[in-house]
Amino acid sequence: MKYVYYPGCSLGGTAREYGISARAVNDALGLEFQELADWSCCGASSAHMTNLDLALALPVRNLALAEAQGARELVTACASCYQRLAIVAHEVNTHPRARERANQLTGADYKGGVTPRHLLDVLGKDVGVDRVAARVTRPLEGLKVACYYGCLLVRPVKATGFDDPEDPQTMDTLVKAAGAQVVTWPFKTECCGASFSMSRTDVVAGMAAAVLSEAKAAGADCLVTACPMCHSNLDMRQSMAARVARTTFNLPIYYITQLLGLSFGYMPRQLGLNSHFVKALPLLRRLRLV
Amino acid sequence: MKRVGVFLCWCGSNIAATVDVPALAEYAAKLPNVVYVEQNKYTCSEPGQEQIRKAIAEHRLNRVVVAACSPRMHETTFRRTLASASLNPYLLEMANVREHCSWVHQDRAEATAKARALVRRAVAKVQLARPLFQSSIPVNRRALVIGGGIAGIQAALDIADSGHKVVLVEREPTIGGRMAQLDKTFPTLDCSSCILTPKMVDAAQHENIQLWTYSEVEEVGGYVGNFQVKIRRRATSINASACTGCGACWEKCPAKTGNEFDLGLGQRKAIYVPFPQAVPNKPVIDRDLCIYFKTGRCRICQRFCTAGAVEFEQQDVVVEETFGAIVAATGFEQFDHAVYGEYGYGKHPDVITGLHLERLISASGPSDGKVKRPSNGAVPETVVFVQCVGSRDEAKGVSYCSRACCMYTAKHAIMLHEKIPGVSTFVFYIDVRAAGKGYEEFYARAQELGAQYVRGRVARVYQRGDKLVVMGEDTLLGAKVQVEADLVVLATAMTARHDAQSLARTLGISYDQNGFFTEAHPKLRPVETNTAGIFLAGACQGPKDIPDTVAQGTAAAAKVNNLFAKENLLAEPTVATVNEAWCSGCLWCKPTCPYRAIDSKTISQRQVGKILTRQVATVNAGLCQGCGACTVACRTGAMNLLGFSNEQILAEVDAICP
Repeated sequence: MKYVYYPGCSLGGTAREYGISARAVNDALGLEFQELADWSCCGASSAHMTNLDLALALPVRNLALAEAQGARELVTACASCYQRLAIVAHEVNTHPRARERANQLTGADYKGGVTPRHLLDVLGKDVGVDRVAARVTRPLEGLKVACYYGCLLVRPVKATGFDDPEDPQTMDTLVKAAGAQVVTWPFKTECCGASFSMSRTDVVAGMAAAVLSEAKAAGADCLVTACPMCHSNLDMRQSMAARVARTTFNLPIYYITQLLGLSFGYMPRQLGLNSHFVKALPLLRRLRLV
Repeated sequence: MKRVGVFLCWCGSNIAATVDVPALAEYAAKLPNVVYVEQNKYTCSEPGQEQIRKAIAEHRLNRVVVAACSPRMHETTFRRTLASASLNPYLLEMANVREHCSWVHQDRAEATAKARALVRRAVAKVQLARPLFQSSIPVNRRALVIGGGIAGIQAALDIADSGHKVVLVEREPTIGGRMAQLDKTFPTLDCSSCILTPKMVDAAQHENIQLWTYSEVEEVGGYVGNFQVKIRRRATSINASACTGCGACWEKCPAKTGNEFDLGLGQRKAIYVPFPQAVPNKPVIDRDLCIYFKTGRCRICQRFCTAGAVEFEQQDVVVEETFGAIVAATGFEQFDHAVYGEYGYGKHPDVITGLHLERLISASGPSDGKVKRPSNGAVPETVVFVQCVGSRDEAKGVSYCSRACCMYTAKHAIMLHEKIPGVSTFVFYIDVRAAGKGYEEFYARAQELGAQYVRGRVARVYQRGDKLVVMGEDTLLGAKVQVEADLVVLATAMTARHDAQSLARTLGISYDQNGFFTEAHPKLRPVETNTAGIFLAGACQGPKDIPDTVAQGTAAAAKVNNLFAKENLLAEPTVATVNEAWCSGCLWCKPTCPYRAIDSKTISQRQVGKILTRQVATVNAGLCQGCGACTVACRTGAMNLLGFSNEQILAEVDAICP
């Protein structure tokens, strides 16, 4: 299966391990990802808070590039990129004036024929749980996972809509296919405070603490996410969140592709599992998964 | 020779202030075949009508135009005037120069010009008018009430008390409906059973009421005064006249399932009466559950029945009956709140609906009136009520307000405070709507007893330990709030029955975008439908509480009694007719008719010495409401509406656009 792929800035930077593990999983599943030529920033997470023209023009530039290259879908692994692309694609498809404005700003001629998709959606629907399960060589037995979707992946429904906005299941079924155990918990789609990661760390610490506390209370020993922003808030800010909540969490935060890659038999280093703030390997070693 | 008289009304200053009536009179006198013109300050007054009568006699008028108000206002008045002057009442035409002209315009010159056009139109049309005669239809004075809830019971009792026969059809094994499931009723807190059960018994024992439970309406044909209705009477497998209702059968029956009456909180057997006060108090066998019907073995109930009333071999019976009027009182359903995944219904047993709580509070309910958490049987200490679950939420539910939930939530809060000392109750609301008599005081009482009203919506309900955490927003404080609750009660929206639309099609009545049956006029004809002889009562027409439902039941009965006060009905002659020579038999008209008044018939014609049989359309004058849809659909122009013929309409158009 061939896809045009929009990497986004994070997957080469703060979320490098997400980028490399995604590539590993794609290789294993025979997905061919062709990087969108000449792609640029999508505007997340500041453009839509500061300048509406910018918020419109930046995604449309990339959608137009994909359209010009003959793509009907544009796949991204970053939840922020996905949400910005999906919202703007929906906006220009429902409001002709927004499309005119975007084309005027970018000088492109975007017609509205590209559907942004998230990697999770591709893995869940196009590949399917059965094919993922068939590829598993090292089931993640004993790992108790809280699947954390965050606020961006499945909302707003009219723009995203690949999963239930209140109780999404795609990640749960993939994690189960990898042999791990999924815990039932209520904060799957709560906000972690993503946009404030740099500007208001006090806010982020409180929100991240709430998410981590609920995961721990539900009996999870790690969280899995598909969003670089969620990851940095829950991983990088975990010690701060623990101070706010006056507790210790010690919950490794994995990317979905890292867990899948591990179950496919990749080595931790090939999946970037060595570059986390909260040590990602001791738990896996304890469960004899690495 | 057409001799037209034109009568121009000033309507005090209503018309005369904006339209130059004297100039209009001068103009009208010059129109073709107009032999007499007269102005009057109030044409509808007795002297005004007398002048019309005199003019008809003196000037030998055979057509009359009245230029005054809307025909909706006074057409019948002037038709009667013509009739009293021995002129066919359908030789009248009204020109609406008030609602359509003087009331909506300011410029006198332009308004007068428009009035000229309207009078010109009326004169042109009236030339082609033909005398029409009302036909009479005999009325079968027997009513069918569909639905045995409080609305249907009330309607049936009121019709029966007037001396007319009623058949009350109910789908369930017992009458009583939703009200039977309730514990107390707001705002007086009288016990629902105490006020309903006597009415149920009255309905069952009334000499004029036939009670057909476990039955459904399958087909409705005919028209007002003469509806032909097919009713399926499902096999109860019990000989009702032999059964003593002793209960031995359901004591011994081995097959169990969740009791629908208790919304699954309690259990019933395969042979069962839904609740102890059921009417009729005779069991039925649920054949999908019964072991005998599934495997051919068991018959335990039959063995224990000393009366020999169990009859496994019973079959459904479809009966065809004639009725003069029908009352639809089929009630409502609860909104499927499973769409609110964030409230965890189905996941957490302690998240229930208001109706579940009614069963938990009720002394005849599964917990004998002790409010217990479904999960562990403990008495709840903190209860959260969530209002507007489904109501007033276009994103996930319905746009309308369900009207009863604010008050039943206040009732629940009051009752919990009375039953459980020290209980904390929180009510999350958008607006509290307490507009009925004594309702605001009732809501205040809930607050006085300690119910804490939080203005805002609930975002999420989730389990923490054995508590439910309710996350919400207090929009008055502008803050997020969290409550740890033992029980969460959702006030779910009232929605139309899932099969309401198919019943509407069976009855030939209309329904709105939400599936509720539509009344003929929202203010002035609240219980009539657009189909003559079919009336509405209760929540099948829209969400309502018990007082409103009972009022509507009585109102529908009054309308039925009106109808039954006459031996014959006079049918309006302004109905569609078929020119059989022109009709090609395509029957394109048939699906366009909203009243199902058109059917096909076979006619024989002699053509070139041969007898030719072919199909043509035929109109049932009893059903036709004269809307004219078929005349437009007809490709050959064979359909014509009497009083609004194609020729008349074209003459009007020609007159207005010369």
